[in-house]
Amino acid sequence: MTNTTPLLSVRDLRVSFKTDDGIVKAVDGVSFDVANGQTMGIVGESGSGKSVMVSAIMRLNFGTDVIVSGQILLNGVDLLALPESEMRQVRGRDIAMIFQDPLSALNPFYTVGYQIAEAYLVHHPKTSKAQVEAIVLNALDKVGISDGRKRIKSYPHEFSGGMRQRIVIAMALINKPKLLIADEPTTALDVTVQAQILELIDSLREENNSAVMLITHDLGVVAETIQQVMVMYAGRTAEYAAVQDLFDTPSHPYTQGLLRAVRSFDQSTRGSLVSISGTPPSLINLPEGCAFRPRCSQEMGPQSACATQRPELRTIGASQSACHLSADEVSRVQREVFSK
Amino acid sequence: MTPILEVRDVKKYFPSGSSRLLQRPTGQVKAVDGVSLSLQEGKTLGVVGESGCGKSTLARILTRLIEPSSGSILLEGEDVTRLSGSDLRQMRRDIQIIFQDPYSSLNPRHSVGEIIATPLRIQKTVTKSEQAGRVKELMHLVGLNPEHFNRYPHEFSGGQRQRVGIARSLALNPKVIVADEPVSALDVSIQSQILNLMQDLQTKLQVAFVFIAHDLSVVRHIADDVAVMYLGKIVELGPAHTVYAHPTHPYTKALMSAVPVANPVSGRKIGRIVLTGDVPSPIDPPSGCRFRTRCWKAQDICASNEPELLDRGDGRVSACHFPELEA
Amino acid sequence: MFIFIARRLLFALALLFAVSAFTYVIFAALPSDPAALTCGKNCRPEVIAVNRVRLGYDKPIVVQYGQYLKGIFKGRSYGASEGVHCPAPSLGYSFRKHQCVTDLITRSLPVTASVALGAFVLWMLIGVGLGTMAALKRGRWPDRLATGFSVVGISLPTFFVGLLAIMVFVIWTGFLPFPRYEGITSNPAKWFMSLVLPWFTLAIVSASSYVRLTRNGILEVMNEEFVRLGLAKGLHRRTLIVKYVMRAALLPIVTIAGLDFAALLGGAVITESVFNLPGMGKLSIMAVNDSDLPILVATTLVAAVFIVIANAFVDILYGFLDPRVRSY
Repeated sequence: MTNTTPLLSVRDLRVSFKTDDGIVKAVDGVSFDVANGQTMGIVGESGSGKSVMVSAIMRLNFGTDVIVSGQILLNGVDLLALPESEMRQVRGRDIAMIFQDPLSALNPFYTVGYQIAEAYLVHHPKTSKAQVEAIVLNALDKVGISDGRKRIKSYPHEFSGGMRQRIVIAMALINKPKLLIADEPTTALDVTVQAQILELIDSLREENNSAVMLITHDLGVVAETIQQVMVMYAGRTAEYAAVQDLFDTPSHPYTQGLLRAVRSFDQSTRGSLVSISGTPPSLINLPEGCAFRPRCSQEMGPQSACATQRPELRTIGASQSACHLSADEVSRVQREVFSK
Repeated sequence: MTPILEVRDVKKYFPSGSSRLLQRPTGQVKAVDGVSLSLQEGKTLGVVGESGCGKSTLARILTRLIEPSSGSILLEGEDVTRLSGSDLRQMRRDIQIIFQDPYSSLNPRHSVGEIIATPLRIQKTVTKSEQAGRVKELMHLVGLNPEHFNRYPHEFSGGQRQRVGIARSLALNPKVIVADEPVSALDVSIQSQILNLMQDLQTKLQVAFVFIAHDLSVVRHIADDVAVMYLGKIVELGPAHTVYAHPTHPYTKALMSAVPVANPVSGRKIGRIVLTGDVPSPIDPPSGCRFRTRCWKAQDICASNEPELLDRGDGRVSACHFPELEA
Repeated sequence: MFIFIARRLLFALALLFAVSAFTYVIFAALPSDPAALTCGKNCRPEVIAVNRVRLGYDKPIVVQYGQYLKGIFKGRSYGASEGVHCPAPSLGYSFRKHQCVTDLITRSLPVTASVALGAFVLWMLIGVGLGTMAALKRGRWPDRLATGFSVVGISLPTFFVGLLAIMVFVIWTGFLPFPRYEGITSNPAKWFMSLVLPWFTLAIVSASSYVRLTRNGILEVMNEEFVRLGLAKGLHRRTLIVKYVMRAALLPIVTIAGLDFAALLGGAVITESVFNLPGMGKLSIMAVNDSDLPILVATTLVAAVFIVIANAFVDILYGFLDPRVRSY
């Protein structure tokens, strides 16, 4: 954590959806900070709540079936308390977002030039046409799209996946936001294109000194580009640590399981892969106590705190971990399994 | 020994484009452009490549869901390329397919028991009374509770649905199973479950796999041999551990280096190869070596002469004029 | 883009020929003898035989069709010796009514067109309007009201609504005069009044499906990623709805509407009967009752032609509205 006021400060964020089957607690009390210029990774599998959480930060969930509570402080201002008109100012200007599937993220009916210009004009309405065009061409150039003058007249479906993602990035960064949220930006792309896009995001981040929140399920991507990691499970934070600490000495059994599963892939020996037994829980009827308990190999039994008390984040070793295991127990496992 | 599955110079060209007024196809998408492979009994051949390389088309050709434009497929030494009617139906007992998306590959209106029994019903390999028993046996084999045969797909998780798909593919005791990206749609922790299952099944039943994937780490683990495809052609082929450890084709090298490694220190590669540009269109592939437009080693000869698959030692072959051989 | 349009038009032309041939052949294949219908009830067999030759009904179908087509382009003579001549485009001659079919149609078509056009405008406004409101206020009472209305509208048969309308607005309240068609040129006010009820009847029945279509279309588009991205850019909700959501959702609706309108031009049979409007529908019904084959062939053909043209038009329109389609 830094000494100065963090750029983004999330406190006890909860997002629930009313459905026919009951109330789904997609995000169930998440807190964290993001400093200026920092890269933060949110890791989780399906059902972890990561996408819902970042949507909540930008207040993209609209509808009567959504209940949001908690605090989201951007430079000290609580975004959840802002009237919609002011929140609109924040979106696209202070915080920008990149989505997972670049094909469906772009409006198929308008040219690429129009859409990028729109991103700028929303927050700078009095700009002259010539000026806007110059800004748009500059943005395209920055993301590595050549032949800008021709490209701005083209439609999204005329571009490849990698190009489209670059366009989305150009749109997101055109107003030099302080925070960029990238929701699985490379999942839908080929691996060689993925490398290009991650590099692009990183270089632009440096240039603008923006902070980046990268949502992903891919631990490899996290290792490459992230400084601070938050692992989510069933809508809650499981572990929160600096990237090196997370990979070297993971404290939470879920993180340990994930890392072992991923690492076993990288080994060429043909033994069994490590997996985490069971499946992610239903978010409607979460059991009492720890959400991960049904799949945890180290849980302490049906009478223990694991079964009765939901664990809060506490310091275990170098991380913050939501687990009832003692620090000693955790370091024992770390030594056994993760020693270099 | 005779390979259980052999593919010889298979090509698949799709008509594409259209002449302006009359909609006659003007060009061809060369989705698969001369692929030759062989697979031994009880082994796994991994086929990797990115989008547009033709691996999914190849998967469908192997199971004759799509007909090849030319070339031949041999199953246990017999040419099965042109079979039809009841011969084709017989052949289908020996080679089956597992699909990528566990959500759309199972008919939501059928119970999983019905889904698994469908091949049995169509092929009539077991009597009706025996079908129920076989279904339960298969469900048990893939790690599902046999008592759940009456449940519907939507009641299962993604990983479990994929198990249903696997059970279905095993119903006829095939010799070869073509798995088209079977774990891509699943979470990492579930992927390993399914891969372990597939390895177990291979040991138990001696079934051979053609494992198609874009995820290199998955293939590395499960494949004995691996073929790397680019724009419809195989650019490198060889034993998995050798190809992964010492790739000779520049594309393979770039592909390996592009995969993010789950380790912050070694992960931040200084020498990572980042390819420029996008994959060219399969309608108009580059002349000579198809990879040359993105290759940092490209020279004139690469544009004029298409490289052939040549032996690089240790059982590897690759198609490059300037292969990456270790010093 | 030009190629795109040209291709559509060419295809439409080919289709028109096919449609006309098909229509003609169907009627020619009917068991009734067209020659027998040409001279009324007390017809002597000799007259029928003579007529058959004169009108070409004894020739093979292909030749008959050829003559029919020629009639469309050049005009044709019917009946004994000089007989009657119907100038081009001649769609046949009605022996019952002793008139050229083309004249009958040119008199009926404007009536049907008036009904169709007015109803179209009305049902689109009501249907799309209510559907949009229902989608935007989903789950709340405006939604339920609109959906309820749509269910009722779809369920009620046209004649019922029409008769009910007459009962309420003409007989009970005397609000409107009994509908009796007047041409627009002779008396615009009366023309309008005579069409108000048929417009509303048709509109209520048709709007219902559009309420549903619009509502579902909008709800579907609202879930699309690009709408979410628009919101993430900081766009105002109003802008989002108009520029992003409606643009996408209205596309399929516009195309369906075009086809529905074209279908109506062939004759809103029930409405015209209920309100006694001398349009194409009424003409067709009378022809069926009279077994007046030439009229039937013509009205069927005209209706089919409208649909073919509408199809081509809608296709071309789609090309303008949806950039993804233009590559064809």
